[in-house]
Amino acid sequence: MKYMMFVCTDTEPETDPARVPDIGTWVDEAYGSGKAVMGDRLAPVETATTVRVRGGELLITDGPFAETKEVIAGFDILECADLEEAIEIARRHPMAYGGRIELRAFDPLP
Amino acid sequence: MTTHEAVAGAARDSYSRIVATLIRITGDWNLAEDCAQESLALAVERWPVDGIPGNPGGWLMTVARNRALDVLRRASVERRKLHELAVLAAPPDDRPNGEEDVVDDRLRLIFTCCHPALSMEARVALTLRTVAGVPTPDIAGAFLVSEPTMTRRLTRAKTKIATAGIPYRVPTGVALTERLPGVLAVLYLLFTQGYNTDGQPAFAEEAIRLARLLARLMPDQPEVTGLLALFLLQHSRRDARRDTAGNLLTLDRQDRTRWDHAAIAEARALLAGLPAAGPYTVQARIAAGHAGEQSDWPAIAHWYDVLAELQPSPVVLLNRAVAHGYAYGAETGLTLLAEARSGGKLDGYLPAVAAEAELTARYGDRLRAELLFRSAADLATAPAERKALLDRAAEM
Repeated sequence: MKYMMFVCTDTEPETDPARVPDIGTWVDEAYGSGKAVMGDRLAPVETATTVRVRGGELLITDGPFAETKEVIAGFDILECADLEEAIEIARRHPMAYGGRIELRAFDPLP
Repeated sequence: MTTHEAVAGAARDSYSRIVATLIRITGDWNLAEDCAQESLALAVERWPVDGIPGNPGGWLMTVARNRALDVLRRASVERRKLHELAVLAAPPDDRPNGEEDVVDDRLRLIFTCCHPALSMEARVALTLRTVAGVPTPDIAGAFLVSEPTMTRRLTRAKTKIATAGIPYRVPTGVALTERLPGVLAVLYLLFTQGYNTDGQPAFAEEAIRLARLLARLMPDQPEVTGLLALFLLQHSRRDARRDTAGNLLTLDRQDRTRWDHAAIAEARALLAGLPAAGPYTVQARIAAGHAGEQSDWPAIAHWYDVLAELQPSPVVLLNRAVAHGYAYGAETGLTLLAEARSGGKLDGYLPAVAAEAELTARYGDRLRAELLFRSAADLATAPAERKALLDRAAEM
C-alpha cells in the first residue's frame, strides 16, 4: 500500500532534544530499505499560493495564512505492506518528536 | 437443553471463532459477520427438525464457510476474489494443530479491533460487536446513542481498518508489549461499563469472558491473567455492593457471605505464583487483600506502595495513605495523605476529604474530624452519601 506521510509542526513538541533521532539516519533507513519512495521539504506556508476557479473566473491569492501553528512542513511517500509498517517508519522520523506525522493511505483511482 | 439454548450456547462459543476465521480468509468484515449470523439463523431453523449436531461449532463453521463461498462465487467476476474462493473451497484443515490456527484468528481479531489507530469508542464498540457478538442495538443502548449512530460508528471503524491498511495480525516482540496495554484498557473500559450504576451488567460478564479467552490465548502474559483476576474479584461483590435502596455500600458494610466465593477462589488461584508485572496484577492483589474474612491491611498497604511506583496518580496515593492508616495507625495515614494532597490535585475531591475525616477521627481529634465530615458532606451530591457523612459528624 502507498501512504502519504505528512510531516507537520505541532504546538507541543518533545521537550528533550536528546531524545530526537537524526534525520540522516532516518533517510538512510527509510530510503535505503525502499519503503520511502520520494519526498522533500516544502517552502514555508507564507510562500503558498492558492488557486480557485469560480464562475469561470480564475482567482489567485497569496497564502493561506492559517492561524494555526500546525502546518505541513514536508512529505514522504511510503510503499509499505500495511499501516503497522508505515507507523514503524513514521515513529523514527525526527519530526515525530519535534512535530507530528500524519499517515494517509492512498485511495487509488480505479 | 432446548434447541434454543443449544443455539445460544453454540453462538456464544463459536461466533467470534467463525467471524475471526472468515475475516482472515476473505478480508471482508461484513461478509464474515453476515455469514456467521446466517449460520446461526439456519441452526435455529434446522436443529429443532434435524436434532442438535454432535459438534455444533463445527456445524456452524461449515455452514458459514459455505455461505461465504456462495457469496464469493456469485461475485467471482471480480478477479481479486478468485484467490479467496480457492482458499475457501480447499478442504477444511485437519492438521492436528488446526485448533491453534483458529485460536490465532481470534487473537488477531481482538488486536485488530483494539488497534490504537481507531478511536477508543470505536475499539470498544467493535470488540463488543465482532469479538463478543453483542447485537448492535444493545451496544447502542449501553452507550446512549441511537442504533443508526452505532451502526455508522461500526461501519466507519471497519472502513478505516480496510482503507488505512490496519493489518489483521497479532504484533510480536516490542510491538506486543506496546500494544497489549491498549487491548487490556478496552476490556477494562468494557468491564467498568458493566459495573457502573447506570451500566449494562451483562457487559461485565462479557469483559470477563473476553479476559478469560485472552488469558487462555496468552498464558505467558501476567498482566492478562492479572486483569482476569481483578475482574473476578470485583465482580464477586456484585450482589453485596448495594443496600435494598440501591445505594453503594463500602466494603466494610457489605455482607461478605453474599460475595461470590467461587470467583474469589478462582482469582486467588490465578494470582498464585504470578509476578507483579504491572498495574493490573498489582490491583488484583489489592482486591484479593480485601477478599478475606477481614481486609489484610498490611498486605494492601504493601501493594499500594508497589502500585504508587507504577502509577503515582493522586488517587493511588490517596488510597495508599488510607491503607497505611489502617495498617499502621492513623498518624502514618495522615502523614501520607498530606503528601498525596501536596500537589493540590485532590482539593475538593470528596474521597480525599472523607478519608482525612476518618483518619482524623481515629487519631482522636474529634473536633477537627467533625469539621472535616461536614466539609465532606458539603461536597457529596448523592443524598444518602451526604446523610451518612453528616451522621458521622454528629457521632464526633
